[in-house]
This record gives sequence, structure tokens and C-alpha cells, in this order.
Amino acid sequence: MNYDSILSSRIQEVKPSGIRKFFDILEEMKDAVSLGIGEPDFVTPWHIRDAGIYSLEKGFTKYTSNAGMAELRREIASYLERRFQLRYDFASQIIVTVGGSEGIDLALRCMVDPGDEVIVPVPSFVCYGPLASMAGGTPVYVETKAENEFRLTPEELRSAITPRTKVLVLPFPNNPTGGIMGREDLEAIAQVLRGTDIMVISDEIYAELTYGQHHVSIANIPDMYERTIVVNGFSKSHAMTGWRMGYLCGPAPLIKQMLKLHQFGIMSAPTTSQYAAIEAMRNGDRDIEKMRDEYDGRRRYLVEGLRRIGLPCFEPKGAFYVFPDIRGTGLSSEDFCERFLMEEKVAVIAGNAFGAGGEGFVRCCYATSMKDIAEALTRMDNFLTNLKKKQARERGE
Amino acid sequence: MQTKLLRLLEEDCTHTPEQLASMADMTVEEVKAEIKRYEEEKIVLGYQAIVDWDRTERESVTALIEVKVTPQRGAGFDRVAERIYQYDEVESVYLMSGAFDLTVIISGRTLREVAEFVGQRLATIEDVTGTATHFILKKYKEKHLIFEKQEQQERELIFT
Repeated sequence: MNYDSILSSRIQEVKPSGIRKFFDILEEMKDAVSLGIGEPDFVTPWHIRDAGIYSLEKGFTKYTSNAGMAELRREIASYLERRFQLRYDFASQIIVTVGGSEGIDLALRCMVDPGDEVIVPVPSFVCYGPLASMAGGTPVYVETKAENEFRLTPEELRSAITPRTKVLVLPFPNNPTGGIMGREDLEAIAQVLRGTDIMVISDEIYAELTYGQHHVSIANIPDMYERTIVVNGFSKSHAMTGWRMGYLCGPAPLIKQMLKLHQFGIMSAPTTSQYAAIEAMRNGDRDIEKMRDEYDGRRRYLVEGLRRIGLPCFEPKGAFYVFPDIRGTGLSSEDFCERFLMEEKVAVIAGNAFGAGGEGFVRCCYATSMKDIAEALTRMDNFLTNLKKKQARERGE
Repeated sequence: MQTKLLRLLEEDCTHTPEQLASMADMTVEEVKAEIKRYEEEKIVLGYQAIVDWDRTERESVTALIEVKVTPQRGAGFDRVAERIYQYDEVESVYLMSGAFDLTVIISGRTLREVAEFVGQRLATIEDVTGTATHFILKKYKEKHLIFEKQEQQERELIFT
């Protein structure tokens, strides 16, 4: 069989992630420290796990309604209003999805026609471009800048817009930079979008993880509610990555169509997870605060530590990543990561894995123990000191 | 009073002053000064490790004893409690509401050692009117720490 001729050209054009090889090396290493994986190190709080278990004990193992249980959608609506002043009608404006990722896929596939352009600010999580391509669209990458704390500026956005622009993906708080967009930043973006038919897919999966200021959704900016799809979920806020629980909210006429695709592709999100999610929405606000507080301490420690050993980084105010600038080392992001792993057994991720704008930076995730962060910093210090010595020798000093 | 630093210390006192400073959003000097004050004012009584002796060769028995006492005029329960907690064998003493007055937790090498302590030292203290000894068979959790080794989910490394 010639499978190349069987596979769609669209999927074959999607590049595999180069990080895989790197992780394989890491897995074989003893005493390795990883700041590589972007996932909470907390276990899902027990009361939430217990709610899932209880639903199994009661035998609640059937499909739910396609959009997700009404009870859960009600809770999501009340949560969004309580925490982000976002108002969505549970019956017509919310779909419970299999993680935030499915929400992004649904939104793109239901809005993008062949030839449509999807603006994706980079560096950002890797899924948007490939999913836009699979929907037949063309991703248009916009590089955000370190000097702007990796926020998308209205000028950058304006220069990327063409008559074919259909969607703007807004991935803030941002993975991998930790950058966030405040109300004024979003207002400036809204100013560019008002009067256009461009839709925003706002990926707010890290909305609960902001430090020092509350997350603002672009759907809250005047005139933006009707042109925004909000994607969110439980993975990061409630340490529920493995439950695969997310949701999608937006204008009813769009949600109605997206529900068709969700219905055919997924049927309904996992029932056990939905029961757990109801508990998370009802009684989980304190868990969020507790975890955020813990992340915040680690964040400050890592930022201060990196600056102390000579790696500049802007203060990331969201998610659980620090994105230090490694250009001063003279190494490319990939060389830096590979040598750091081989010489000091610490894994961080090359910034360019998240798009071109990430070259010259590395992503360090602080969703790991203080012990590991402290150890990683000590090894980073060693690495940089040795690197300087080697470079001096090579120059013949 | 700022309790953040105290909570962090209670959770893990092996953090360095630098780590504590970052986590509590204080300066290193402030952290050091606060810790010194905690110690001087007996807000922090000490620093200890939680040991699972069952994982070692050393034999160890712990008992929880319900003690009924006659309170004394002027001193209430305090004097009796003091006479009890002076013994090295006694790990903890709490004044309780309810059916008995003091909870005394003691540990010894053997069952006999503990039984002898109760029979000969504790029960014979004047004003102690009764004891009920419960031996601890297995410890599951202490100070938020779980004794059983926790199974870890198999970690497939994924790119997120």
C-alpha cells in the first residue's frame, strides 16, 4: 500500500513536533529535572475525584445530552458570570467539549472555509495552525515581541489582516510566554476588529492563573461579545488535565452549528468527567485560589532565580511559564535546550517550538515542586558558568 | 500579623530563606527577621521530621490514652497536664471537651513498655481517676503527610 497517496495532503503537510525526540532522551535519564511539561503537578482535588467516583457507583454511565448535562452547563454559566462577568445562556450558548482543544477544533472547523485566513499570534500553543490548516484555512502567524511582553499589538494585528481574514486566535494568558492582555490591550485590539466580520477565538484556558491582576475576557469589551468564541476548560484551573473537560461559549447561531459537528464527532463529553466537573464548578473556587497561590510563589522564585544567574526575563503575569531570554548566551534555543539537557540533565523547551517569535527564548514551566525548581536553577547556573568558560577558551582568552 | 510565612514553614521548614522570601513575597532579610521573632516568641516551637518508623528496623508502639482527671482548685487541669507532659515518653497532651479530659499520646519501644508507663506512671498520678488506652495499629496520615507509598500514574511525556 502506498499510504502517502491515501493520507490527505492536509495531514501530511502538518509538521510533527520535534520535541518528541527530546522527551525520549529525557525519559531514559536518571536524576533529570524537568521544567518541560506544561501540566499542573497537583492531583485533582479529592472532592472532585470523589464526585466522579460517586457517579460511577450510582451507575451514571450513559451518554449525556450532546451539549453536555444541563446541570453542568448551568454551573458553567454561573461560574463564568461569578468569576469573569461573562453572561452565557446555558441552553443555547454553551457546549461541553473534550478538553479546550476540541473547542478550538470545533470553532475553527465550523467557521473556516478553504482559503480563509486565521491569524495566530506566536509564540503560542502549537495546535492552532495545524487545526486551521486541517479546516482548510491558512494560518497567518504574527510574531509578538519580547519588548511588548509578548502581547499582541493593534499594529501587528492590523498588518496581518487581509480581505480573507476570518478568525483571530487570541491565546492569553499565553503558553509559552506567560504574557497576558489587560483590558486596555484588549480594547486596542477591539478597536481594530469593530466593524469587521472577523471572529475571535479566545483561548482562555489559563484564565484562572493570573497573578496580581484578574483575567479579562475580550468578550467583555464593548462590541466584542457578538464576535467572540470563548474556549475554556477545567484542565489548568482545577488540575483536571486527564478528565478532558472543556467548554465553548459564544453567539447562539454559531454554537448551534458547532453542536452538530460535536454531536457527530464526539457524541457527548465523558459522563464521569461531567459529574466531576459539576462538583468543581460548585465547590472548587477555593482549590483554584490555593493552587494559584502556590504557583505564584514558585513563579516569583523562578523569575528571581533566573534574573540572579543572568538570564533576563520579563515578569510573566499568567499561566505557569517563565520565558527567559537566552540570546546573550549566543546559542540558538534548540542548542541551548539540547546542551542544557545533555550537560546538566534539565529539560526546558525551545521557544521556537511555539513559533518563530520564540527563537532566542526557552520555556520553563513552574508547575513543579520548589525542590525541582531550586535544583534546576542551580544546574542552570552551572551550565551558564561552564558555557562562558568554554566560549572564552574558544575565543582564545 | 502576616501568616503566609508561618503557613509555608508549617508545610515545609526545609525551604531556604530565599525560597521562602519568593513564596511569601518578602525580602530575605524580612524572612530571617520574622523567623527569629517566631522562635523567640515561641510562635514556632521547633522543627522536626515526620518519620515512618515502620520502614525501619526500630520497633515502635504508639498509644492514645483517654485520661479522666479531677480538676484542681485554682489550677484547673493545667497542673495535672503538666505532671503528665513532663515524662519523655509523652509525645502530646491535649485538653478535650466531652467524655474524658485529656488525650495523651505516648510512644515506646514495645507494648509492654507502654503498658507499664500507663499502669505505673500515668494511672498513679493523684487526680487521675481513669484511663483507657488505645494502641495505634497503623498510621495513614499525619500532618498532611500520607504514610503509604503513593502509586504514581505512568508518565507518558507529552507536548503541551
